[in-house]
Amino acid sequence: MITPAMVLSAILFVVGTFGVLVRRNAIIMFLCIELQLNAVNLAFIALSRIWGIDGQVFVFFVMTVAAAEAAVGLAIIISIFRHYETVNVDNFNLLKW
Amino acid sequence: MHATLSMLLTQGGGHEAGGGGTFEPFFPGLVILLPLLGFVINGVLALQHARASANAVRVGGELELDGPRGRPSTHTLPSWVGPGVVLLAFLLVLVNFLRMLGAELHDPVVVSYWTWMATSTFTVDAALQLDALSMVMALVVTGVSFLIHVFSVGYMKDDPGYPRYFSYLNLFVFFMLLLVMASSYGLMFVGWEGVGLCSYLLIGYWFSDREKADAGKKAFIVNRIGDFGFLVAMFMLFVTFGTLDFAAIAHDAPETLIYGGGLVTAITLFFFLGATGKSAQIPLYIWLPDAMAGPTPVSALIHAATMVTAGVYMVARSSVLFAMSPVGSATVATVGVLTALLAATIALKQNDIKKVLAYSTVSQLGYMFVGVGVGAYAAGIFHLATHAFFKALLFLGSGAVIHAIHEALHHTHSHVDAQDMRNMGGLKQFMPITWVVMWVATLTIAGIWPFAGFFSKDEIIWQIAAFGGAEHAPFPGLYTFIWVLALVTAMLTAFYMTRLMVMTFHGTNRTGPHEARHLHEVSPVMWVPLATLAVLSVFGGWVNVPVAVQESFLGGMGALPMTDWLHHFLEPVTATAHTIHHDNLGELSHHAPWGGGEVAWALISTVVALGIVLASIRVVGGWKVKPAAEDAEPTGFAKVLSNKWYVDEIYDAVVVQPLLRLSRFCWKIVDAGIIDGFVNGVGYLARGFGWFGSLFQTGTVNTYAFILTLGVLVILGAVIF
Repeated sequence: MITPAMVLSAILFVVGTFGVLVRRNAIIMFLCIELQLNAVNLAFIALSRIWGIDGQVFVFFVMTVAAAEAAVGLAIIISIFRHYETVNVDNFNLLKW
Repeated sequence: MHATLSMLLTQGGGHEAGGGGTFEPFFPGLVILLPLLGFVINGVLALQHARASANAVRVGGELELDGPRGRPSTHTLPSWVGPGVVLLAFLLVLVNFLRMLGAELHDPVVVSYWTWMATSTFTVDAALQLDALSMVMALVVTGVSFLIHVFSVGYMKDDPGYPRYFSYLNLFVFFMLLLVMASSYGLMFVGWEGVGLCSYLLIGYWFSDREKADAGKKAFIVNRIGDFGFLVAMFMLFVTFGTLDFAAIAHDAPETLIYGGGLVTAITLFFFLGATGKSAQIPLYIWLPDAMAGPTPVSALIHAATMVTAGVYMVARSSVLFAMSPVGSATVATVGVLTALLAATIALKQNDIKKVLAYSTVSQLGYMFVGVGVGAYAAGIFHLATHAFFKALLFLGSGAVIHAIHEALHHTHSHVDAQDMRNMGGLKQFMPITWVVMWVATLTIAGIWPFAGFFSKDEIIWQIAAFGGAEHAPFPGLYTFIWVLALVTAMLTAFYMTRLMVMTFHGTNRTGPHEARHLHEVSPVMWVPLATLAVLSVFGGWVNVPVAVQESFLGGMGALPMTDWLHHFLEPVTATAHTIHHDNLGELSHHAPWGGGEVAWALISTVVALGIVLASIRVVGGWKVKPAAEDAEPTGFAKVLSNKWYVDEIYDAVVVQPLLRLSRFCWKIVDAGIIDGFVNGVGYLARGFGWFGSLFQTGTVNTYAFILTLGVLVILGAVIF
């Protein structure tokens, strides 16, 4: 049972990573990050069969942090959208030297 | 501070080193403090005056000295304070001197006030040394200073900077007394530097004139070179003896140092380098003629009578060291006589009255160095004292002349040079007193019997012959050479001084008919000091006449009140040096290189000098001197002399310009190029790195995410493989 779960987790993570790298829509990028997080959660759950309850406990932490991140991140995206009327990250490059 | 002051004011606040007789010092600290007090008072007045005139300028006017309410107190008080404190100091010195005469003093009395600096191995006390040498020097310094202060009251009375002038002058007297009364080289150096500072301040007294400010700078910078020698010599003394006290060094030197050894020779040569700076000898004499930019009484006080003789005093004070180094002493004598000759030749062709006297001073200082260089320390100090009298007189006399001419020119708004002798002539009918006293001084410096200069200069010339003819004299040929040059210089002196007198006071008047009507004798406040100095110039020499001369007809067969007192008085100071000379050189000679004894040569020299004076009166009197504006440029050798052998130009080419080029190299290439280049390079490097790093900061989120992923992959790869 572990191997398919780990394979699925790996596939989800790579998809998420590629999504972050290649997409320009901030919402999509955000969703892809969630995808990565949940891929990791899946790996934790699967591996807890071998390593005990610690992995499952950790998943709750990740979910909590992800919820907080989603709240903050969406708030930022909304305020950016109000300002620029777009969520295309190519337009947001002022924050540099 | 309070304890210190009360200690200074109590009589003889410290211990007495050496059990010398019954000599009780009488407030020696006060001698030095009085001029310092004068400096403070006059300095405060000067600051008040500066504020008042600044206020006057601010409201759009100018401070008038003679307003409706008379002169302000800032211009009347210094007339009393300035000379007053010096007179009091002179009286105090006189009391000490008389007490010392009464006591049989063999060891110097050192009055110590407090420890100036102390480390584990090195201690310098703020202590004054009272012995024959410091008393003679202090008497000359305070006595001549007082007369010059009085003269200055008349000479500078209309100068806007009057209180500032007197504050500098008092400060100078303070440092000069510190120099001659200090009991160690360390404290002496304080006075040494202090007089240099005052010299600088007073040469550049009229500092708004660029040329005069530059002359002050020149004096200061040239003196620095000499001070370097003084310092190095002090370091060597400390390493050798572990102390800088005169008494300790003089006591230990014969045992610690080897006669004629390299160390003592190096010490004496470095000390002499210091002396060449302060006392204007080759190669550092060039600042003194330029120092004439200062007010004339300053030239008389600092650049003729007192400060420039500090080097001679220093050599006499270090007589034990110099006696132990034949090479050092021979260098002193040789440099002295060459300077005397060189300066005398330059003086032949100068037209500025003060320049003639300046070169004459350099020349006479050369004589003093010859004296102390041939072991005749008393003779050197004797000539120092008589020179202080007659050269101060000459300078003050020239000051009186310049003052009179300047006032006359002021009346007619003429702008010709008030110091150029070609613009003078025939002044004796306008200024009879000045004329007489100037002739007295001229006969004195020319070495005419019975004036003071005759005895002092003749003593030196005789001592050269006696020293060079000693049984085991080092370099006997050299001393014959020095003796001949000294005689030649004496003749040149007689000529150029007579030339000065004739061009200034005799012949037809060349100031112009309008100016001549305004010429008149100076006020008593100026001529009384002149007359006093004239008396000293006549009789001042009678205190040190060798017994042989006294008993010849030059001393009136013993009838004239002459004595060889000074020689005996200075004996405690010079005794050690004389013993060293005697042990190593044997008996001094009793006849000159070409035969003849002391009296014979004294007679020859005065007859020759008198002959030259009389001949020059006729020769120079026959010249058709034209006013400066119409005079032709000199040609040939006269041109070389009037351009001072082009020494300033040579120094400029050999020393100043290379130094400037080196400085410019250090500035443009080393500093601006290499050092700044390095510092800027570091900056550019940091900026370059920053620019490179900023390339990764695109501001685009995807780039960051990409690099982050790349980093994770790299680390993962590193962990796995």
